[in-house]
Amino acid sequence: MEHPKRLLALIGPPGVYLTLFFLLPLGIMAVFSFRAGTIGEARNVFTLEHYRQFIANTAYHRLLWRSSLIAFGIASISTLLAYPLAYFLAFQAGERKLTLMTLIIIPTWTSYLLRVFAWKLILGTNGLLNTFLLSLGIIDRASPILLYSRNAVMVTLVYVWVPFVALPIFAALERIDRSLLEAAADLGCKPWQSFLRVTLPLSAPGIIAGFFFCLIPTLGEYVTPLLVGGGQGAMYGNLIQDQFVRALNWSMGSVMSLAMLLAVIVLLALFSRMGSFSKLLEL
Amino acid sequence: MSEPAVELRDVTKVFASTRGDVTEEVYAVQDMNLEIAQGEFFTLLGPSGCGKTTTLRLIAGFERPTRGEIFIQGRPMSKVPPNLRPVNTVFQNYALFPHLNVARNVGFGLEVRRVSRSERERRVHEALEMVQLAEMSNRKPSQLSGGQQQRVALARALVNQPAVLLLDEPLGALDLKLRKAMQIELKQLQAQVGITFIYVTHDQEEALTMSDRIAVMNKGRVLQVGDPVTLYERPASHFVADFIGESNFFRGVVEAVSGQVVELRVGGARVQATASDSPPSPGQEALFAIRPEKMRLAVSEEDLGLHGTIQEVIYIGTDTRYIVSVEAQPPVAVRVQNGCGIAPQEYRRGEAVQLFWLPEDAHLLAD
Ligand SMILES: Nc1ncnc2c1ncn2[C@@H]1O[C@H](COP(=O)(O)OP(=O)(O)OP(=O)(O)O)[C@@H](O)[C@H]1O
Ligand SMILES: [Mg+2]
Repeated sequence: MEHPKRLLALIGPPGVYLTLFFLLPLGIMAVFSFRAGTIGEARNVFTLEHYRQFIANTAYHRLLWRSSLIAFGIASISTLLAYPLAYFLAFQAGERKLTLMTLIIIPTWTSYLLRVFAWKLILGTNGLLNTFLLSLGIIDRASPILLYSRNAVMVTLVYVWVPFVALPIFAALERIDRSLLEAAADLGCKPWQSFLRVTLPLSAPGIIAGFFFCLIPTLGEYVTPLLVGGGQGAMYGNLIQDQFVRALNWSMGSVMSLAMLLAVIVLLALFSRMGSFSKLLEL
Repeated sequence: MSEPAVELRDVTKVFASTRGDVTEEVYAVQDMNLEIAQGEFFTLLGPSGCGKTTTLRLIAGFERPTRGEIFIQGRPMSKVPPNLRPVNTVFQNYALFPHLNVARNVGFGLEVRRVSRSERERRVHEALEMVQLAEMSNRKPSQLSGGQQQRVALARALVNQPAVLLLDEPLGALDLKLRKAMQIELKQLQAQVGITFIYVTHDQEEALTMSDRIAVMNKGRVLQVGDPVTLYERPASHFVADFIGESNFFRGVVEAVSGQVVELRVGGARVQATASDSPPSPGQEALFAIRPEKMRLAVSEEDLGLHGTIQEVIYIGTDTRYIVSVEAQPPVAVRVQNGCGIAPQEYRRGEAVQLFWLPEDAHLLAD
């Protein structure tokens, strides 16, 4: 039989990739979460101490909860902004849509750091926004709160994510057979009714994909909060980074990472429980 | 009511298609005039690209006429959007909503029009019964066969009780056997519900089977409108005679005219044909057509008509088909039914025969 061979050839490379770069690190992390210490003798002692500490420390939970909310907010806002963009491109832009899509994607070819720094220049005390508001007389003193705040983190991350969220939505909208919209009109729908009854449900897989595409990495985000968030804008990812880089407490860092993984899995499970997720993806 | 269900008055639709710097104008529909009566099964018949779909889309409101006006039940439609027109469409690709089950697909129009839930359920059930799909109401369109999808599309349109139903090659995707069965079903259904059907097809046999009247179209124009018998028995142009059924075409010079009967010289023979409107005058060249089954073959000493030689004998069970070569004419097809007392292969290849026909079966054509 040729089939098992072909199957192996198909799932082989991604399988190897997943094992090397996902399962293996995950396993290492799991092992570290039980080690008493990061270096020396303590490495060989296994304990549940860090789990106990994590469970006892409500500050960690609060930050994980708050970061989840922020990530949820960023994913929601990004999706809300990306949808009209993708809709315009798919339905209104006509022949120019590929050009326009490329224009939207081009900034994402530059370094992620560069784009975050750009926002630093815009939001900073002597930045574009302050200068602009000052020159208009809307504010009379340069406001430092634009930068180093949770809002700065949200604005920056939304900016970074909108094009990526727009992509799967655009793809889903492009796949919608235009004759379905004519059928809806034929059956009495005004344009907005066609949108609600046909376009929106049929683009739901794209919306969900885009939303999670943004939500999950944002939950573990630490670079942007580091650069524009300041103390108040810190997210759970920064805490993990601190454990690994500053405190050199890899065990605690691992426990915290696993907790976040659990949070993501719970979120996904909740969504698929809500039914529509898996059903819509079957389309 | 004597008022037509649908009327097209001088309707023209021009598409501008731009390729690079060149803008080309495509006349998809040109100067079309049609009156379709209430309750009629009316068919638009023509080859691919002749403007059938465009005509339906103009009536449904998805396209606006470049010139001319469309009336539905006497009301001008130029300012009425598709959702407010009293028509429903069965789309060529069915266009069923993939995210809704069969019952909700069928109930879509009623839901939009806010028909109460109980009435909606009753009418959806009735419509599904009518197309024999009541047990499938919970399936998704993707779980249905092509024929079943086609019925759902039909039920989805009919359930709204439109004044006019537009059908764009609804049987195009079905295999021949199912197609034949659905043709009869559709025709019966139309008689039963009494809704005006405007039906598009490029299949002449389908058109003849189902229609009360047929408009034959070519290159955006209507060439002839008539009932199946008229179109088949008295085609007015070369295109119609060729497109509907099979025809033999002859070119000759008019020798004499008496009433509608015209005497022509074809090669060395004198033959007769009938003109449907004003006959040509002597000396003119004229084209006429005869169906293969309306021709007779004979071996005779007398001069009966055209002389020819049997080139091919094709036995097809109920009939025998002879291909006869005639001097200075394309080969002529003759169909002889294998009836009582007729030998199935009366004539042999290479045999010299004469071809003749009744004057009223030879139609002079406009072009
Ligand atoms: N949106 C459009 N833009 C430009 N040209 C068009 C458009 N729609 C149709 N046409 C042209 O108009 C002509 C008639 O098209 P139409 O779709 O009405 O043909 P049809 O008779 O339905 O053919 P078929 O049997 O293949 O479905 C064709 O030449 C087609 O290329
Ligand atoms: Mg068509």
